[in-house]
Amino acid sequence: MIAFWILAVLMIASAVFTVSARKPVYSVIGLLANFVCLAGMYLELQAEFLAVIQIVVYSGAILILFVFVIALLSSGVRPFDVGPDRAPRIVIPAAIIAALTLIAITATALRTPAALVRTPVGSTGDANAFGSVADFGVALFTTNLLPFEVTAFILMVAVIGVVLIAGDDDAVTGARRKPRRPGKRESIVKDTVAR
Amino acid sequence: MSAVPIWLIVLVKAVIVLFVVITTFAYSMLAERKVMGWMQLRPGPNRVGPWGLLQPAADAVKMMFKEDLTPETADPLIYRLAPFISLITAMGTFAIIPFSANADGTLWSVGNVNAGILLIFCMTSIGVYGISLAGWASGSKFPLLGSVRSTAQMISYELAMSMSVIGVLILAGSTALGDIVNAQYRVWFILPQIVGFVIYIITAVAETNRAPFDLVEAETELVGGFHTEYSGLRFGLFFIAEYLNMITVSCLATLLFLGGWNGPFGLPSFGLLGLLWFVLKAGFFLFFYIWLRSTLPRFRYDRLMAFGWKVLLPVSTLNLILTAVAVALWPTHA
Repeated sequence: MIAFWILAVLMIASAVFTVSARKPVYSVIGLLANFVCLAGMYLELQAEFLAVIQIVVYSGAILILFVFVIALLSSGVRPFDVGPDRAPRIVIPAAIIAALTLIAITATALRTPAALVRTPVGSTGDANAFGSVADFGVALFTTNLLPFEVTAFILMVAVIGVVLIAGDDDAVTGARRKPRRPGKRESIVKDTVAR
Repeated sequence: MSAVPIWLIVLVKAVIVLFVVITTFAYSMLAERKVMGWMQLRPGPNRVGPWGLLQPAADAVKMMFKEDLTPETADPLIYRLAPFISLITAMGTFAIIPFSANADGTLWSVGNVNAGILLIFCMTSIGVYGISLAGWASGSKFPLLGSVRSTAQMISYELAMSMSVIGVLILAGSTALGDIVNAQYRVWFILPQIVGFVIYIITAVAETNRAPFDLVEAETELVGGFHTEYSGLRFGLFFIAEYLNMITVSCLATLLFLGGWNGPFGLPSFGLLGLLWFVLKAGFFLFFYIWLRSTLPRFRYDRLMAFGWKVLLPVSTLNLILTAVAVALWPTHA
Protein backbone atom coordinates (compact mmCIF):
# COMPACT_ATOMS: atom_id res chain seq x y z
CA MET A 1 0.00 0.00 0.00
CA ILE A 2 2.88 2.36 0.79
CA ALA A 3 4.45 1.39 -2.52
CA PHE A 4 1.19 2.23 -4.27
CA TRP A 5 1.05 5.77 -2.89
CA ILE A 6 4.71 6.46 -3.63
CA LEU A 7 4.29 5.18 -7.19
CA ALA A 8 1.02 7.07 -7.65
CA VAL A 9 2.55 10.38 -6.61
CA LEU A 10 5.62 9.75 -8.76
CA MET A 11 3.46 8.83 -11.74
CA ILE A 12 1.34 11.95 -11.54
CA ALA A 13 4.41 14.11 -11.00
CA SER A 14 6.19 12.61 -13.99
CA ALA A 15 3.05 12.94 -16.13
CA VAL A 16 2.77 16.64 -15.25
CA PHE A 17 6.46 17.04 -15.97
CA THR A 18 6.00 15.33 -19.35
CA VAL A 19 3.35 17.75 -20.57
CA SER A 20 4.82 20.85 -18.99
CA ALA A 21 8.50 20.46 -19.89
CA ARG A 22 9.81 23.02 -22.35
CA LYS A 23 12.33 20.75 -24.07
CA PRO A 24 11.07 17.65 -25.91
CA VAL A 25 13.86 15.50 -24.48
CA TYR A 26 12.79 16.42 -20.95
CA SER A 27 9.29 15.27 -21.86
CA VAL A 28 10.71 11.95 -23.01
CA ILE A 29 12.53 11.52 -19.71
CA GLY A 30 9.32 12.35 -17.83
CA LEU A 31 7.49 9.75 -19.89
CA LEU A 32 10.26 7.23 -19.21
CA ALA A 33 9.89 7.79 -15.46
CA ASN A 34 6.13 7.43 -15.86
CA PHE A 35 6.50 4.09 -17.67
CA VAL A 36 8.89 2.77 -15.06
CA CYS A 37 6.42 3.74 -12.30
CA LEU A 38 3.62 2.06 -14.25
CA ALA A 39 5.74 -1.10 -14.43
CA GLY A 40 6.14 -0.83 -10.68
CA MET A 41 2.35 -0.63 -10.34
CA TYR A 42 1.98 -3.80 -12.42
CA LEU A 43 4.57 -5.50 -10.21
CA GLU A 44 2.60 -4.53 -7.15
CA LEU A 45 -0.47 -6.12 -8.74
CA GLN A 46 1.56 -9.33 -9.28
CA ALA A 47 1.45 -8.86 -13.05
CA GLU A 48 5.15 -9.57 -13.38
CA PHE A 49 5.22 -10.35 -17.08
CA LEU A 50 3.21 -7.25 -17.94
CA ALA A 51 5.62 -5.12 -15.91
CA VAL A 52 8.64 -6.48 -17.74
CA ILE A 53 7.00 -6.14 -21.14
CA GLN A 54 5.95 -2.59 -20.30
CA ILE A 55 9.60 -1.65 -19.86
CA VAL A 56 11.05 -3.71 -22.72
CA VAL A 57 8.49 -2.62 -25.31
CA TYR A 58 7.45 0.89 -24.31
CA SER A 59 10.55 2.23 -22.58
CA GLY A 60 13.12 0.19 -24.43
CA ALA A 61 11.83 0.26 -27.98
CA ILE A 62 9.18 2.90 -28.55
CA LEU A 63 10.44 5.68 -26.32
CA ILE A 64 14.02 5.30 -27.53
CA LEU A 65 12.71 5.98 -31.04
CA PHE A 66 11.27 9.25 -29.68
CA VAL A 67 14.74 10.19 -28.45
CA PHE A 68 16.13 9.19 -31.83
CA VAL A 69 13.70 11.41 -33.74
CA ILE A 70 13.98 14.34 -31.33
CA ALA A 71 17.78 14.20 -31.37
CA LEU A 72 17.77 14.17 -35.15
CA LEU A 73 15.04 16.65 -35.96
CA SER A 74 13.99 19.22 -33.44
CA SER A 75 16.48 19.48 -30.65
CA GLY A 76 16.33 23.28 -30.57
CA VAL A 77 12.63 23.91 -31.19
CA ARG A 78 10.49 24.83 -28.23
CA PRO A 79 6.80 23.99 -28.38
CA PHE A 80 5.75 27.61 -28.12
CA ASP A 81 7.89 28.56 -31.11
CA VAL A 82 5.79 26.35 -33.32
CA GLY A 83 2.52 28.23 -33.22
CA PRO A 84 0.13 30.30 -31.13
CA ASP A 85 -0.59 29.01 -27.66
CA ARG A 86 -4.14 27.68 -27.83
CA ALA A 87 -4.09 26.01 -24.44
CA PRO A 88 -6.42 28.46 -22.55
CA ARG A 89 -9.36 27.91 -24.89
CA ILE A 90 -9.51 24.15 -24.36
CA VAL A 91 -8.69 24.09 -20.66
CA ILE A 92 -12.33 24.19 -19.44
CA PRO A 93 -13.77 21.48 -21.74
CA ALA A 94 -10.72 19.29 -21.10
CA ALA A 95 -11.13 19.65 -17.35
CA ILE A 96 -14.84 18.76 -17.56
CA ILE A 97 -14.14 15.63 -19.63
CA ALA A 98 -11.35 14.57 -17.29
CA ALA A 99 -13.58 15.03 -14.23
CA LEU A 100 -16.42 13.02 -15.81
CA THR A 101 -14.04 10.20 -16.72
CA LEU A 102 -12.66 10.14 -13.20
CA ILE A 103 -16.17 9.97 -11.73
CA ALA A 104 -17.12 7.15 -14.11
CA ILE A 105 -14.03 5.12 -13.22
CA THR A 106 -14.49 5.63 -9.50
CA ALA A 107 -18.19 4.71 -9.67
CA THR A 108 -17.37 1.49 -11.55
CA ALA A 109 -14.63 0.62 -9.09
CA LEU A 110 -16.94 1.20 -6.11
CA ARG A 111 -19.69 -0.97 -7.61
CA THR A 112 -17.34 -3.92 -8.17
CA PRO A 113 -18.08 -6.63 -5.56
CA ALA A 114 -15.27 -6.92 -3.07
CA ALA A 115 -14.93 -10.65 -3.81
CA LEU A 116 -13.71 -9.86 -7.33
CA VAL A 117 -10.91 -7.63 -6.10
CA ARG A 118 -7.78 -9.69 -5.76
CA THR A 119 -5.62 -8.92 -2.80
CA PRO A 120 -2.05 -9.19 -3.98
CA VAL A 121 -0.19 -11.57 -1.70
CA GLY A 122 2.98 -13.59 -2.01
CA SER A 123 6.13 -12.70 -3.88
CA THR A 124 7.15 -12.55 -7.52
CA GLY A 125 9.23 -15.70 -7.10
CA ASP A 126 6.07 -17.80 -7.26
CA ALA A 127 5.98 -19.38 -10.71
CA ASN A 128 2.22 -19.96 -10.69
CA ALA A 129 1.21 -16.55 -9.41
CA PHE A 130 -1.36 -14.48 -11.25
CA GLY A 131 0.32 -12.59 -14.06
CA SER A 132 3.37 -14.85 -14.27
CA VAL A 133 4.86 -15.66 -17.65
CA ALA A 134 3.21 -19.08 -17.86
CA ASP A 135 -0.17 -17.75 -16.82
CA PHE A 136 0.04 -14.90 -19.26
CA GLY A 137 0.98 -17.22 -22.12
CA VAL A 138 -1.93 -19.58 -21.43
CA ALA A 139 -4.38 -16.68 -21.34
CA LEU A 140 -2.93 -15.20 -24.51
CA PHE A 141 -3.02 -18.38 -26.59
CA THR A 142 -6.30 -19.91 -25.39
CA THR A 143 -8.99 -17.51 -24.20
CA ASN A 144 -7.70 -14.47 -26.09
CA LEU A 145 -6.30 -16.13 -29.19
CA LEU A 146 -8.53 -14.35 -31.71
CA PRO A 147 -7.92 -10.78 -30.43
CA PHE A 148 -4.21 -11.57 -30.29
CA GLU A 149 -4.11 -12.81 -33.88
CA VAL A 150 -6.21 -9.89 -35.12
CA THR A 151 -3.90 -7.40 -33.39
CA ALA A 152 -0.88 -9.08 -34.90
CA PHE A 153 -2.51 -8.93 -38.33
CA ILE A 154 -3.35 -5.23 -37.98
CA LEU A 155 0.21 -4.46 -36.91
CA MET A 156 1.55 -6.36 -39.90
CA VAL A 157 -0.74 -4.42 -42.23
CA ALA A 158 0.51 -1.21 -40.64
CA VAL A 159 4.14 -2.20 -41.16
CA ILE A 160 3.55 -3.09 -44.81
CA GLY A 161 1.70 0.21 -45.24
CA VAL A 162 4.61 2.17 -43.79
CA VAL A 163 7.06 0.40 -46.05
CA LEU A 164 4.85 1.17 -49.05
CA ILE A 165 4.48 4.84 -48.17
CA ALA A 166 8.03 5.55 -47.05
CA GLY A 167 9.88 3.09 -49.24
CA ASP A 168 11.45 3.46 -52.64
CA ASP A 169 8.80 4.13 -55.31
CA ASP A 170 10.76 2.33 -58.00
CA ALA A 171 10.98 -0.87 -56.03
CA VAL A 172 7.26 -1.00 -55.32
CA THR A 173 5.58 0.03 -58.55
CA GLY A 174 8.35 -0.76 -61.00
CA ALA A 175 7.44 2.47 -62.79
CA ARG A 176 8.01 6.18 -62.15
CA ARG A 177 11.76 6.11 -62.33
CA LYS A 178 13.09 9.22 -60.62
CA PRO A 179 16.60 10.53 -61.19
CA ARG A 180 18.68 9.10 -58.41
CA ARG A 181 20.04 11.65 -55.99
CA PRO A 182 23.74 11.38 -55.23
CA GLY A 183 24.56 10.02 -51.80
CA LYS A 184 21.43 7.95 -51.59
CA ARG A 185 21.89 4.93 -49.42
CA GLU A 186 20.83 2.42 -52.02
CA SER A 187 23.52 3.45 -54.49
CA ILE A 188 26.24 2.79 -51.92
CA VAL A 189 25.00 -0.74 -51.41
CA LYS A 190 24.89 -1.41 -55.15
CA ASP A 191 28.45 -0.12 -55.56
CA THR A 192 29.63 -2.50 -52.90
CA VAL A 193 27.95 -5.45 -54.55
CA ALA A 194 29.38 -4.55 -57.94
CA ARG A 195 32.92 -4.37 -56.62
CA MET B 1 18.10 -17.91 9.64
CA SER B 2 14.77 -16.64 10.90
CA ALA B 3 16.45 -14.26 13.35
CA VAL B 4 18.14 -12.35 10.53
CA PRO B 5 15.77 -9.97 8.71
CA ILE B 6 15.49 -10.61 4.99
CA TRP B 7 16.50 -7.11 3.98
CA LEU B 8 19.81 -7.57 5.81
CA ILE B 9 20.52 -10.81 3.93
CA VAL B 10 19.76 -9.14 0.62
CA LEU B 11 21.87 -6.12 1.54
CA VAL B 12 24.89 -8.25 2.48
CA LYS B 13 24.53 -10.30 -0.69
CA ALA B 14 24.27 -7.15 -2.80
CA VAL B 15 27.38 -5.62 -1.23
CA ILE B 16 29.37 -8.81 -1.81
CA VAL B 17 28.21 -9.10 -5.43
CA LEU B 18 28.97 -5.43 -6.13
CA PHE B 19 32.44 -5.72 -4.61
CA VAL B 20 33.23 -8.84 -6.65
CA VAL B 21 31.84 -7.34 -9.83
CA ILE B 22 33.75 -4.07 -9.48
CA THR B 23 36.96 -5.99 -8.81
CA THR B 24 36.27 -8.12 -11.86
CA PHE B 25 35.79 -4.92 -13.84
CA ALA B 26 39.12 -3.53 -12.67
CA TYR B 27 41.05 -6.65 -13.53
CA SER B 28 39.28 -7.39 -16.80
CA MET B 29 40.39 -3.91 -17.85
CA LEU B 30 43.97 -4.76 -16.91
CA ALA B 31 43.63 -8.17 -18.59
CA GLU B 32 42.42 -6.50 -21.75
CA ARG B 33 45.43 -4.21 -21.91
CA LYS B 34 47.84 -7.05 -21.09
CA VAL B 35 46.38 -9.55 -23.54
CA MET B 36 46.06 -6.98 -26.29
CA GLY B 37 49.68 -6.01 -25.61
CA TRP B 38 50.84 -9.61 -26.04
CA MET B 39 48.79 -10.03 -29.18
CA GLN B 40 50.49 -6.93 -30.58
CA LEU B 41 53.96 -8.10 -29.43
CA ARG B 42 54.41 -5.53 -26.66
CA PRO B 43 54.44 -6.02 -22.88
CA GLY B 44 51.36 -3.98 -21.91
CA PRO B 45 51.18 -2.02 -18.64
CA ASN B 46 53.99 -3.18 -16.32
CA ARG B 47 55.09 -0.12 -14.31
CA VAL B 48 52.58 0.12 -11.45
CA GLY B 49 53.12 -2.62 -8.90
CA PRO B 50 54.47 -6.09 -9.66
CA TRP B 51 53.52 -7.20 -13.18
CA GLY B 52 51.34 -4.06 -13.51
CA LEU B 53 48.85 -5.43 -11.01
CA LEU B 54 48.17 -2.05 -9.36
CA GLN B 55 47.39 -0.38 -12.69
CA PRO B 56 43.57 -0.34 -12.06
CA ALA B 57 44.13 1.56 -8.80
CA ALA B 58 46.34 4.07 -10.57
CA ASP B 59 43.71 4.52 -13.28
CA ALA B 60 40.99 5.04 -10.69
CA VAL B 61 43.01 7.73 -8.90
CA LYS B 62 43.69 9.45 -12.21
CA MET B 63 39.99 9.42 -13.11
CA MET B 64 38.98 10.86 -9.77
CA PHE B 65 41.41 13.77 -9.85
CA LYS B 66 40.76 14.81 -13.42
CA GLU B 67 38.69 17.93 -13.94
CA ASP B 68 35.03 17.26 -14.65
CA LEU B 69 34.20 19.49 -17.60
CA THR B 70 30.75 20.42 -18.88
CA PRO B 71 30.62 22.07 -22.30
CA GLU B 72 28.82 25.40 -22.51
CA THR B 73 26.44 24.10 -25.19
CA ALA B 74 25.51 21.06 -23.11
CA ASP B 75 22.18 20.51 -21.42
CA PRO B 76 23.46 20.46 -17.84
CA LEU B 77 20.80 18.26 -16.21
CA ILE B 78 20.74 15.46 -18.76
CA TYR B 79 24.50 15.70 -19.29
CA ARG B 80 25.00 14.88 -15.61
CA LEU B 81 22.20 12.31 -15.46
CA ALA B 82 23.24 10.15 -18.43
CA PRO B 83 26.31 8.40 -16.93
CA PHE B 84 24.26 7.36 -13.93
CA ILE B 85 21.56 5.78 -16.11
CA SER B 86 24.27 3.74 -17.84
CA LEU B 87 25.94 2.62 -14.64
CA ILE B 88 22.79 1.87 -12.62
CA THR B 89 21.28 -0.33 -15.31
CA ALA B 90 24.62 -2.08 -15.86
CA MET B 91 24.90 -2.85 -12.15
CA GLY B 92 21.24 -3.76 -11.74
CA THR B 93 21.56 -6.86 -13.89
CA PHE B 94 23.88 -8.48 -11.37
CA ALA B 95 21.06 -8.54 -8.84
CA ILE B 96 19.47 -11.48 -10.62
CA ILE B 97 22.37 -13.40 -12.15
CA PRO B 98 22.88 -16.67 -10.24
CA PHE B 99 26.57 -17.52 -9.96
CA SER B 100 26.20 -21.01 -8.55
CA ALA B 101 23.75 -23.14 -6.55
CA ASN B 102 23.74 -25.30 -3.45
CA ALA B 103 23.09 -29.02 -3.67
CA ASP B 104 19.48 -28.43 -2.58
CA GLY B 105 18.94 -26.03 -5.47
CA THR B 106 19.29 -22.73 -3.60
CA LEU B 107 20.72 -20.19 -6.02
CA TRP B 108 23.73 -18.03 -5.29
CA SER B 109 22.15 -14.79 -6.39
CA VAL B 110 20.90 -11.63 -4.73
CA GLY B 111 17.33 -12.12 -5.90
CA ASN B 112 15.59 -15.00 -7.65
CA VAL B 113 13.14 -13.53 -10.13
CA ASN B 114 10.67 -15.65 -12.04
CA ALA B 115 11.00 -13.53 -15.20
CA GLY B 116 14.82 -13.40 -14.75
CA ILE B 117 16.06 -13.22 -18.30
CA LEU B 118 13.31 -10.78 -19.28
CA LEU B 119 14.27 -8.49 -16.42
CA ILE B 120 17.86 -8.45 -17.70
CA PHE B 121 16.60 -7.41 -21.13
CA CYS B 122 14.63 -4.67 -19.33
CA MET B 123 17.80 -3.35 -17.78
CA THR B 124 19.80 -3.40 -20.99
CA SER B 125 17.00 -1.70 -22.91
CA ILE B 126 16.97 1.15 -20.40
CA GLY B 127 20.78 1.27 -20.51
CA VAL B 128 20.57 2.56 -24.09
CA TYR B 129 19.20 5.83 -22.74
CA GLY B 130 22.48 6.51 -20.98
CA ILE B 131 24.41 6.55 -24.23
CA SER B 132 21.82 8.21 -26.44
CA LEU B 133 21.00 10.95 -23.93
CA ALA B 134 24.70 11.54 -23.26
CA GLY B 135 25.28 12.09 -26.96
CA TRP B 136 22.32 14.40 -27.30
CA ALA B 137 23.03 16.41 -24.15
CA SER B 138 26.66 17.07 -25.00
CA GLY B 139 25.52 19.63 -27.54
CA SER B 140 28.18 19.00 -30.16
CA LYS B 141 28.20 17.06 -33.36
CA PHE B 142 30.42 14.03 -32.77
CA PRO B 143 28.60 12.88 -29.66
CA LEU B 144 25.26 13.38 -31.41
CA LEU B 145 26.39 11.20 -34.32
CA GLY B 146 27.60 8.59 -31.85
CA SER B 147 24.34 8.59 -29.98
CA VAL B 148 22.22 8.31 -33.14
CA ARG B 149 24.37 5.39 -34.29
CA SER B 150 24.11 3.76 -30.90
CA THR B 151 20.33 3.99 -30.80
CA ALA B 152 19.93 2.53 -34.27
CA GLN B 153 22.43 -0.23 -33.59
CA MET B 154 20.91 -1.19 -30.25
CA ILE B 155 17.37 -1.38 -31.62
CA SER B 156 18.43 -3.50 -34.58
CA TYR B 157 20.60 -5.94 -32.66
CA GLU B 158 18.44 -6.26 -29.57
CA LEU B 159 15.72 -7.79 -31.74
CA ALA B 160 17.97 -10.53 -33.11
CA MET B 161 19.40 -11.11 -29.65
CA SER B 162 15.98 -11.64 -28.07
CA MET B 163 15.02 -13.98 -30.92
CA SER B 164 18.13 -16.09 -30.35
CA VAL B 165 17.48 -16.27 -26.61
CA ILE B 166 13.83 -17.29 -27.01
CA GLY B 167 15.04 -20.58 -28.53
CA VAL B 168 16.76 -21.35 -25.22
CA LEU B 169 13.66 -20.32 -23.26
CA ILE B 170 11.53 -22.73 -25.31
CA LEU B 171 13.94 -25.59 -24.68
CA ALA B 172 14.12 -24.86 -20.96
CA GLY B 173 10.42 -24.10 -20.64
CA SER B 174 11.09 -21.27 -18.21
CA THR B 175 12.31 -17.69 -18.01
CA ALA B 176 13.92 -18.10 -14.58
CA LEU B 177 17.71 -18.29 -14.90
CA GLY B 178 17.99 -21.06 -12.31
CA ASP B 179 15.56 -23.30 -14.22
CA ILE B 180 17.38 -22.62 -17.49
CA VAL B 181 20.66 -23.80 -15.98
CA ASN B 182 19.06 -26.86 -14.36
CA ALA B 183 17.55 -27.82 -17.71
CA GLN B 184 21.12 -28.09 -19.09
CA TYR B 185 22.16 -30.70 -16.55
CA ARG B 186 22.70 -33.37 -19.27
CA VAL B 187 23.25 -31.41 -22.47
CA TRP B 188 24.36 -27.82 -22.68
CA PHE B 189 22.12 -25.76 -24.93
CA ILE B 190 25.07 -24.83 -27.14
CA LEU B 191 24.56 -28.18 -28.93
CA PRO B 192 20.85 -27.97 -29.87
CA GLN B 193 21.02 -24.17 -30.14
CA ILE B 194 24.32 -23.71 -31.97
CA VAL B 195 22.74 -21.22 -34.41
CA GLY B 196 21.21 -19.27 -31.56
CA PHE B 197 24.56 -19.30 -29.77
CA VAL B 198 26.44 -17.83 -32.73
CA ILE B 199 23.79 -15.14 -33.18
CA TYR B 200 23.82 -14.39 -29.47
CA ILE B 201 27.60 -13.93 -29.44
CA ILE B 202 27.53 -11.60 -32.46
CA THR B 203 24.66 -9.50 -31.13
CA ALA B 204 26.16 -9.41 -27.65
CA VAL B 205 29.31 -7.81 -29.02
CA ALA B 206 27.15 -5.29 -30.87
CA GLU B 207 24.99 -4.61 -27.82
CA THR B 208 27.98 -3.77 -25.68
CA ASN B 209 29.47 -1.52 -28.38
CA ARG B 210 32.72 -3.41 -28.53
CA ALA B 211 35.02 -3.87 -31.52
CA PRO B 212 34.29 -4.73 -34.31
CA PHE B 213 30.90 -3.12 -33.64
CA ASP B 214 32.20 -0.07 -31.76
CA LEU B 215 30.87 2.47 -34.27
CA VAL B 216 29.34 4.35 -31.37
CA GLU B 217 32.73 5.48 -30.17
CA ALA B 218 34.76 4.92 -33.33
CA GLU B 219 37.90 6.96 -32.54
CA THR B 220 38.99 7.37 -36.13
CA GLU B 221 35.65 8.78 -37.29
CA LEU B 222 33.88 10.29 -34.28
CA VAL B 223 36.77 11.32 -31.98
CA GLY B 224 35.24 9.56 -28.96
CA GLY B 225 31.63 9.15 -30.02
CA PHE B 226 29.05 9.72 -27.34
CA HIS B 227 31.64 10.35 -24.62
CA THR B 228 33.77 12.87 -26.52
CA GLU B 229 32.85 15.70 -24.14
CA TYR B 230 32.98 13.68 -20.93
CA SER B 231 36.00 13.71 -18.68
CA GLY B 232 37.03 12.67 -15.20
CA LEU B 233 34.74 10.52 -13.13
CA ARG B 234 31.73 10.94 -15.41
CA PHE B 235 33.71 9.38 -18.25
CA GLY B 236 34.79 6.76 -15.74
CA LEU B 237 31.17 5.83 -15.07
CA PHE B 238 30.59 5.16 -18.78
CA PHE B 239 33.80 3.16 -18.86
CA ILE B 240 32.73 1.03 -15.88
CA ALA B 241 29.28 0.55 -17.41
CA GLU B 242 30.77 -0.71 -20.67
CA TYR B 243 32.87 -3.32 -18.89
CA LEU B 244 30.03 -4.34 -16.60
CA ASN B 245 27.85 -4.88 -19.66
CA MET B 246 30.58 -7.06 -21.10
CA ILE B 247 30.65 -9.11 -17.91
CA THR B 248 26.84 -9.34 -17.94
CA VAL B 249 26.60 -10.71 -21.47
CA SER B 250 29.46 -13.14 -20.72
CA CYS B 251 27.59 -14.41 -17.66
CA LEU B 252 24.39 -14.66 -19.70
CA ALA B 253 26.14 -16.62 -22.45
CA THR B 254 27.39 -18.98 -19.76
CA LEU B 255 23.96 -19.36 -18.18
CA LEU B 256 21.99 -19.71 -21.41
CA PHE B 257 24.26 -21.82 -23.59
CA LEU B 258 27.12 -23.33 -21.57
CA GLY B 259 25.20 -24.85 -18.68
CA GLY B 260 26.00 -22.20 -16.06
CA TRP B 261 27.61 -23.84 -13.04
CA ASN B 262 27.09 -27.38 -14.38
CA GLY B 263 30.25 -29.29 -15.14
CA PRO B 264 30.70 -30.92 -18.57
CA PHE B 265 29.21 -34.38 -19.34
CA GLY B 266 26.61 -34.14 -16.59
CA LEU B 267 29.19 -34.14 -13.78
CA PRO B 268 27.53 -33.04 -10.54
CA SER B 269 28.68 -29.59 -9.59
CA PHE B 270 27.41 -27.10 -7.02
CA GLY B 271 28.65 -24.71 -4.38
CA LEU B 272 32.24 -23.53 -4.84
CA LEU B 273 32.98 -26.06 -7.59
CA GLY B 274 29.99 -24.71 -9.52
CA LEU B 275 31.26 -21.19 -8.99
CA LEU B 276 34.64 -22.25 -10.40
CA TRP B 277 33.00 -23.65 -13.54
CA PHE B 278 30.95 -20.50 -13.89
CA VAL B 279 33.98 -18.22 -13.57
CA LEU B 280 35.97 -20.32 -16.06
CA LYS B 281 33.21 -20.18 -18.66
CA ALA B 282 32.46 -16.49 -18.21
CA GLY B 283 36.19 -15.76 -18.21
CA PHE B 284 36.52 -17.50 -21.55
CA PHE B 285 33.91 -15.17 -23.04
CA LEU B 286 35.70 -12.13 -21.62
CA PHE B 287 38.92 -13.34 -23.25
CA PHE B 288 36.99 -13.90 -26.47
CA TYR B 289 35.97 -10.23 -26.42
CA ILE B 290 39.57 -9.08 -26.12
CA TRP B 291 40.61 -11.53 -28.81
CA LEU B 292 37.97 -10.14 -31.19
CA ARG B 293 39.00 -6.57 -30.49
CA SER B 294 42.63 -7.13 -31.39
CA THR B 295 41.79 -9.28 -34.43
CA LEU B 296 38.94 -7.75 -36.41
CA PRO B 297 38.69 -4.32 -38.05
CA ARG B 298 35.61 -2.16 -37.51
CA PHE B 299 32.47 -2.66 -39.58
CA ARG B 300 31.23 0.01 -41.96
CA TYR B 301 28.01 1.54 -40.71
CA ASP B 302 25.65 0.66 -43.58
CA ARG B 303 26.99 -2.91 -43.63
CA LEU B 304 26.38 -3.18 -39.91
CA MET B 305 22.72 -2.28 -40.32
CA ALA B 306 22.26 -4.46 -43.39
CA PHE B 307 23.89 -7.41 -41.59
CA GLY B 308 21.64 -6.98 -38.58
CA TRP B 309 18.36 -6.71 -40.44
CA LYS B 310 18.98 -8.89 -43.49
CA VAL B 311 21.07 -11.72 -42.04
CA LEU B 312 20.86 -11.97 -38.24
CA LEU B 313 17.14 -11.29 -37.84
CA PRO B 314 15.89 -13.77 -40.51
CA VAL B 315 18.31 -16.48 -39.37
CA SER B 316 17.37 -16.08 -35.71
CA THR B 317 13.65 -16.09 -36.58
CA LEU B 318 14.11 -19.28 -38.58
CA ASN B 319 16.03 -20.83 -35.69
CA LEU B 320 13.22 -19.86 -33.34
CA ILE B 321 10.54 -21.41 -35.56
CA LEU B 322 12.53 -24.65 -36.01
CA THR B 323 13.10 -24.90 -32.26
CA ALA B 324 9.43 -24.34 -31.53
CA VAL B 325 8.40 -27.01 -34.04
CA ALA B 326 10.96 -29.47 -32.67
CA VAL B 327 9.83 -28.94 -29.09
CA ALA B 328 6.18 -29.28 -30.12
CA LEU B 329 6.89 -32.56 -31.94
CA TRP B 330 9.14 -34.13 -29.31
CA PRO B 331 8.27 -32.64 -25.92
CA THR B 332 11.21 -33.58 -23.73
CA HIS B 333 10.07 -31.98 -20.50
CA ALA B 334 6.84 -32.12 -18.49
